[in-house]
Amino acid sequence: MLSCYRVLDLTNERGFLCGKVLADLGADVIKIERPGGDPARNIRPFYHDIAHPERSLYWFAFNGNKKSITLDIERTDGQEILKKLVKTADVLIESFDPSYMDKQRLGYTILSQINPMIVMTSISSFGQKGPYKEYKASEIVLWALSGMMYMVGDPDRPPLLSSYPHAYLFGAMQGAIGTVTALYQREIIGRGQQVDVSAQLSLVWTTGLEVQGIWDFFKQIFKREGRMRLRTGTSVRTPILWRCKDGDVGFFMLLGVNFIKANTALVEWIKSEGVNSGIMGEIDWAEVNWDEITEDMACEINEVLTKFFSMHSKQELFEGAIKRGIQIVPALTAKETREFTQLAERNYWLKISHPELNTTITYPGGFIRSTETACGIRHRAPLIGEHNEEIYKKELGLSGKDLITLKQSGII
Amino acid sequence: MQRDPFEEIKVLEFCWAGVGPFSLNYLAYYGAEIIKVETTLRPDITRTGPPYKDNVPGLERSAYFAWTHPVKKYDITLNLNHPTGIEIAKRLVARADIVGESFTSGKMEKFGLGYEDLKKIRQDIIMFRTCGYGNTGPLSGQPSTGFSLTTLSGFNNMCSWPDRPSSPLSGPYTDFIAPLFGGLALIAALDYRRRTGKGQCIDLSQHEAVINFITPLMLDYDVNQRELAPTGNQCVYAAPYGPYRCKGDDRWCAIAVSTDEEWGIFCNVIGNPAWTKDQKFSTLLSRLKNHHELDTLVEEWTINFEAKEVMAMMQAAGVPAGVVSNAQDLFEDPQLKHYHHFHELDHPAMGKCAFYQGPGFRLSEADYEVARPPLLGEDNEYVYTKILGISDNDFVKWIQDGVFD
Repeated sequence: MLSCYRVLDLTNERGFLCGKVLADLGADVIKIERPGGDPARNIRPFYHDIAHPERSLYWFAFNGNKKSITLDIERTDGQEILKKLVKTADVLIESFDPSYMDKQRLGYTILSQINPMIVMTSISSFGQKGPYKEYKASEIVLWALSGMMYMVGDPDRPPLLSSYPHAYLFGAMQGAIGTVTALYQREIIGRGQQVDVSAQLSLVWTTGLEVQGIWDFFKQIFKREGRMRLRTGTSVRTPILWRCKDGDVGFFMLLGVNFIKANTALVEWIKSEGVNSGIMGEIDWAEVNWDEITEDMACEINEVLTKFFSMHSKQELFEGAIKRGIQIVPALTAKETREFTQLAERNYWLKISHPELNTTITYPGGFIRSTETACGIRHRAPLIGEHNEEIYKKELGLSGKDLITLKQSGII
Repeated sequence: MQRDPFEEIKVLEFCWAGVGPFSLNYLAYYGAEIIKVETTLRPDITRTGPPYKDNVPGLERSAYFAWTHPVKKYDITLNLNHPTGIEIAKRLVARADIVGESFTSGKMEKFGLGYEDLKKIRQDIIMFRTCGYGNTGPLSGQPSTGFSLTTLSGFNNMCSWPDRPSSPLSGPYTDFIAPLFGGLALIAALDYRRRTGKGQCIDLSQHEAVINFITPLMLDYDVNQRELAPTGNQCVYAAPYGPYRCKGDDRWCAIAVSTDEEWGIFCNVIGNPAWTKDQKFSTLLSRLKNHHELDTLVEEWTINFEAKEVMAMMQAAGVPAGVVSNAQDLFEDPQLKHYHHFHELDHPAMGKCAFYQGPGFRLSEADYEVARPPLLGEDNEYVYTKILGISDNDFVKWIQDGVFD
């Protein structure tokens, strides 16, 4: 869908996914790494746990479909080469600290003089302006300042971080949306523009209604309560996650006209297995609202369900729930995700060759299906500077001698 | 003169709950016209769930619907179980660039509004479909919500102390991930159509999309047969690292010290107490090894200050730090205010609410627009008589026939 576009990707892990999803939709994305390779190639996990810049699975995951050239944009020669590339590019994505690009004399004002059609997307922790502009951030700082951290964890312990770092992915995705919006507008107004992406803004949104709604409505602060959720407007709590025989299942009780069938079916299911459905058997699911459910009733419901779920495996609960139109789902491990029938039936997984490692690795498939175009990984992430010859020699017309000079002086 | 990116674009929205509207909102932020098709017979689940304004239930009172629709949309009610309702839907399709739907699979085909049907009405239509599992495969007809998909896709097992069960993330977390892919694909499809004249059908399986957020975990399993083993707040490459308790009730400041340089600055900020010179803390590896003791010592310092003060002192010196913000902090956050992140808008049933927000980016050539959420069927007359040109006689007759229920 985007194969007519050339994207220069100067991001680190704050912005990898932006270029990746554009490349998944067909864009020609060139990752510009510093000579010797992007420091983010040192992010774990590694292929067979061997720490090496050509073996980072994190790097593989978010740089597939891209090309790679090496370039030191802090050196004058490097800057001149980048400017040459900007001439024919449609998009430049960067995720340096704000003002870094200006300091290198590669800010939007200068790049847009070279190519007025360029879309420059800057992905940063807090945006290109404002009181936090110069703030130092990292995964945990972003997680904290966005409100995500405060809402997760047990009440008797500190707030919790995700053990899988992913806070910056939200900003990277917003960057991709902003980029295509700017490309679309470019045809209308005849020029490119700047896209200022704030990872904080992007992540604040994900705290959602639970946090923002009850503050606005009731001036109530959402508190972390482990697996329990306070049902807003009541003093009743129900869990989101439950233990079963071999792991966790998710079931979040919803009431109202759209859930009468499912809730009734759940009660019937419980009864059919000889479990005492208690108060659940007495509730008229067609009529009940949360404000009619007392704390005692909620406790009894939780007890009935805790018992029922603990008697079954994840798979049994999922299969039984599907038959009945109930939304009880297994918390899948990575292994179970790989074996999940629905994904296999839709040919989701893609085997990608890594000739240097003499192997193939199975990747998740694309994020959409389209009748017009394939979306998803086509080839593995590039080696360090894998496309130097192609871009510098064939495209920019540098001679072999020039290349050697630039390489010896550490520019590429 | 500035012209909005999508001002010529017309969208017909048969979506409900979160992912569909969230995906289409990106178009509305930047000028697209959206007609949201609802029905009084089965109101959107976000209209029928709490929290309600003043705790009084009502179809126009739920923050869920309001928060999900912070953009200008025409809202109509239309009974798709009525043959005339289908005819009218087709007339709306004929003037649309995009038709979005998030019914369970097969429903649109049953209405005669499947992709093949839509193409006959408008050859270059872009159809956007989204459901939990995708529109093919054995689970295609299964209902799902963000709550169930967040658990299914593993996100609810990422935050955990080694000795405790995991804690879930914000409830319908995947409802905030899947639409990022949906919105991107829709805009790319518009761009493609402009260049090639070709429409398309996009199927967003929310489960498939959100796995793209956890690709490293999938590769780690594929290559190393490793599953994610959550480690509380411990970090493998930084110490001190984590939220540290500050003055006040349940107040915390997150601090992350990775490099020797940051460690030196950190020690200066806390006044270089004697323990900072201890060999136990002189290298990153030793700090990691003794991090429990280190955390206790750091907290003996942070507890004397407010979280905001700790953040300000650390940041002024160049150490990554941030308040563990609660709801109130978000609405008072100076950076979010600088970006005018939250908008207060008036609403006929709910009055003023301040939780409306735009995208996570700002364009230099276009301002996004937010608007109060639409009321159920509030634009029936305008859309049916003015836009479609239905005569007053037919309009009244069809109301009586239940076409607009």
